[in-house]
Amino acid sequence: MSQEQYIYAVARVRSKELALLDKSVLEQLLSCKTYEDCLKILSDKGWGDHNGESAEEILSQEREKTWSFIRELVSDMSVFDTFLYEKDFHNLKAAIKQVYIRNEVPNIFINDGTVDANQIYEAVKNHDFSILPEHMQVPAEEAYQVQMRNGDGQLCDVILDRAALDTIYKMAAASENELLMEYAELRIVTANLNSSIRGAKTGKRIEFFEMALAQCKTLSKKELVRASLMGVEAIYDYLETTVYDDAVNALKESFSSFERWCDNLIINRIKPQKFNTTSVSPLAAYILARENEIKTVRILLSGKLNDLPENSIRERLRDMYV
Amino acid sequence: MEGLGIVFALAGAILAALVAGIGSAVGVGMAGEAAAGVVTDDPSKFSKVLILQLLPGTQGIYGLLIAFITLTQIGVLGGSSDMSLEKGLLYFAACMPMAVVGYFSAVRQAKASLASISLVSKKPDQFGKAMIFPAMVETYAILALLISILAIMGITPLAI
Repeated sequence: MSQEQYIYAVARVRSKELALLDKSVLEQLLSCKTYEDCLKILSDKGWGDHNGESAEEILSQEREKTWSFIRELVSDMSVFDTFLYEKDFHNLKAAIKQVYIRNEVPNIFINDGTVDANQIYEAVKNHDFSILPEHMQVPAEEAYQVQMRNGDGQLCDVILDRAALDTIYKMAAASENELLMEYAELRIVTANLNSSIRGAKTGKRIEFFEMALAQCKTLSKKELVRASLMGVEAIYDYLETTVYDDAVNALKESFSSFERWCDNLIINRIKPQKFNTTSVSPLAAYILARENEIKTVRILLSGKLNDLPENSIRERLRDMYV
Repeated sequence: MEGLGIVFALAGAILAALVAGIGSAVGVGMAGEAAAGVVTDDPSKFSKVLILQLLPGTQGIYGLLIAFITLTQIGVLGGSSDMSLEKGLLYFAACMPMAVVGYFSAVRQAKASLASISLVSKKPDQFGKAMIFPAMVETYAILALLISILAIMGITPLAI
């Protein structure tokens, strides 16, 4: 699709960006005394359908609003599949676990992936992965065998998480879109760091790191595996030599601080898309900005619901796109 | 080679109108898509984005003007159309600044207009500043227009 074909869509996105929550709105939400006050401010900002829904319903409606807006603008939605592959692999994990325990667990599937969740469940139940997309067939079979023969749920998860990352990376590269490639790179970097730190803390062996860590351009898998085997301090030392040296402070602070750093990294890298007028990238950036916004509001609302102190909520809040 | 002079002169006039016109059509079309996107969500911005959409349209008018002046000077719109090959080539060359600069300035101006339309969609009070950015590109279209007019007018009295 020619870049010029997104001109109308980008202009629509620019108008919608005006409704994104900025820092001042987050401060307003933070200063609310009660959870209900927060819901009222969100309702005033146009969130939800003003029918007294629960917070979770409001957030899910907002996500649906974003995707239906994008569907209205773009005829071929496959360009955004890079953001959805993780949902497919999550559903695959859930389906394998459900088949393994031979018990139907409600609400474990996520909708709006690239493959229908029921189709994934049917594929696992009938042990027929040929009905799944090609990139899912081999990891699905491998994870299925691991789960069914050994009952090793963790290894099953590692196989599918790694497959999700490899798929994201491969498909983003195939799209030749700079923003999607950058997203894929950062997604792998943050997932690799996450696995390395958790693995190092729990004393995992080299086989785990080799299987869990995906290849990317800005972190050396070999170096990260070596550092992970030596411990958390070695990972910090390695990170100091990379462009992600600011992750070290976040990691030393707390894991929630590191998760915040991961989300902020992506949001800050996509900010230049606010000035792009023609390609599909501003649309992709808008989707990520909305997801980030919804995640931030969820953190804030759950903090308010559990009566956490304001500072404690504040340190978990993500940077905003606008 | 006799008679080729008028062919070149006419080709120059047509290219000035054609190429600059294509540039403007592309530019106004691109800016129009963005303007429609803004108006979809906020119809009150119609007048502001309409002006920004029209800015890349001037090159087409300049091309038409050059074509018209050339046609008048070479005698196609009345009078004698006899001219030497050298003179025809000179007219052709005189039309080229408007044709080439007209096309590229229209397309680049459209891109500046797109950015300004984005600016106006977010900050409508900055419309004055937003208009200046694409208007700056106009300078070069006007310079090309000027040089084409001067050249065409200068060729007419030449006895070649």
